[in-house]
Amino acid sequence: MGTMVLTKRIIPCLDIKEGRVVKGTNFIGLRDAGDPVELAARYNEQGADEVVFLDITASSEGRGTIVEVIERAADQLFLPLTVGGGIRSTDDIRLILRAGADKVSVNTSAVERPSLIREAAEAFGTQCIVVAIDVRRNMEPNPIATPVTQADGRSCWYEVVTYGGNRPTGIDAIAWAREVEALGAGEVLLTSMETDGTKDGFDLPITAKVSEAVGIPVVASGGVGKLEHFYDGLVIGKADAVLAASVFHYGELTVRDVKQYLAGRGVPVRP
Amino acid sequence: MERVAVVDYGLGNLRSVTRGLERAGAAVRLTYDPAVVQACDRIVLPGVGAFREGMEHLRPLERVIREEARRVPVLGICLGMQMLLESSEEHGTHRGLGLVPGAVRSFPRVRGFKVPHMGWNTIRAEQPGDPLLDGLGEEEYVYFVHSYYADTGMADRLCSTEYILPFASVVRRGNARGVQFHPEKSGGVGLRILENFTERC
Repeated sequence: MGTMVLTKRIIPCLDIKEGRVVKGTNFIGLRDAGDPVELAARYNEQGADEVVFLDITASSEGRGTIVEVIERAADQLFLPLTVGGGIRSTDDIRLILRAGADKVSVNTSAVERPSLIREAAEAFGTQCIVVAIDVRRNMEPNPIATPVTQADGRSCWYEVVTYGGNRPTGIDAIAWAREVEALGAGEVLLTSMETDGTKDGFDLPITAKVSEAVGIPVVASGGVGKLEHFYDGLVIGKADAVLAASVFHYGELTVRDVKQYLAGRGVPVRP
Repeated sequence: MERVAVVDYGLGNLRSVTRGLERAGAAVRLTYDPAVVQACDRIVLPGVGAFREGMEHLRPLERVIREEARRVPVLGICLGMQMLLESSEEHGTHRGLGLVPGAVRSFPRVRGFKVPHMGWNTIRAEQPGDPLLDGLGEEEYVYFVHSYYADTGMADRLCSTEYILPFASVVRRGNARGVQFHPEKSGGVGLRILENFTERC
């Protein structure tokens, strides 16, 4: 008899532009690398627990391409699919879910209009609304923000940033995470701009703080470069799932490598 | 070819369950029309979202589903399974279809356990021999996303899953079967369940 337990999820993320896979480091310097459905199928074979498609198509005329990609993915793959990027309204969400996605991820549009989260959760259910929160460390004193202690013992706070990390909002990340939960988000996808693209590992202090602050699952994102980072994100960062792009995308690690490593260190994963 | 009616409330992802059933050889009708439901050999109640809204959407089809359940196999998925039960305590008390005895309850809040219960967990067979689970092992991994759980008697429980507490993850009473997880998102195991429903139930 095995032990019945909810397993930790390993989630590859594909950045998609006009229907093709790309991957940027710190969202700059993109490279084209193929068909998203083929890549997702490969991750599926490796044991991926979910797949995320992040649509970074800038032009509005190009945005319809993601719908066709989702439809093809849903026709071939029978694993959970989250789609994010440029979603602004419940009509956008309806279209994406209808095409075959299970969850949608909203980011800047939710910061600018938080009621979108409530509207979407009421219309489609809490379980399909993921709020992506991008954060950056802020060392300026802020008496109303939640202090987060860094590895070196210094205290700072984390600020929500939007537009791919370009725009500071003044919003405390912990307060925002609690607010999105209250508004009906079913999951938080947390990306620290401090570690994103560095391959030095997840930003563990903020990941643990957010995970402890909310009762909904938290997905850690940004900075994974080697096997230990996955373990640290799940155990020290207390994340429920870990998301990675380039380590999988460029074949440095397979999802199976990660799962075997985690299982060896006692972290519950689906074989 | 088995004609399977997938009840379409106009919400959420129905493409995956449709494709999964088609792989099993079913002729799927996505429908909200009682006459079409009546003309099919099997009924699937998919479901996302909240119980009360789900039942409201189902209201125009409630009578026909109840009647057809005496004649043809019905499969409820996730919220669709919860609606097979008698009642739910999600945001107040609401009446369900009552095809399977039991109630939908809120997970107790326990530190360290996030809600929704989201991700891959195992189902463990409680009763052998149901055709829906044909070819599956004693324990299999499947994909869950839900904030409420089904509280049923052991007689109507085909599988249990453990999260915060042990709950019914596959139920059956007569022709009505329900799965709390998403077979259409559970890889090969899920496709086998959809195939079993189409061909063996």
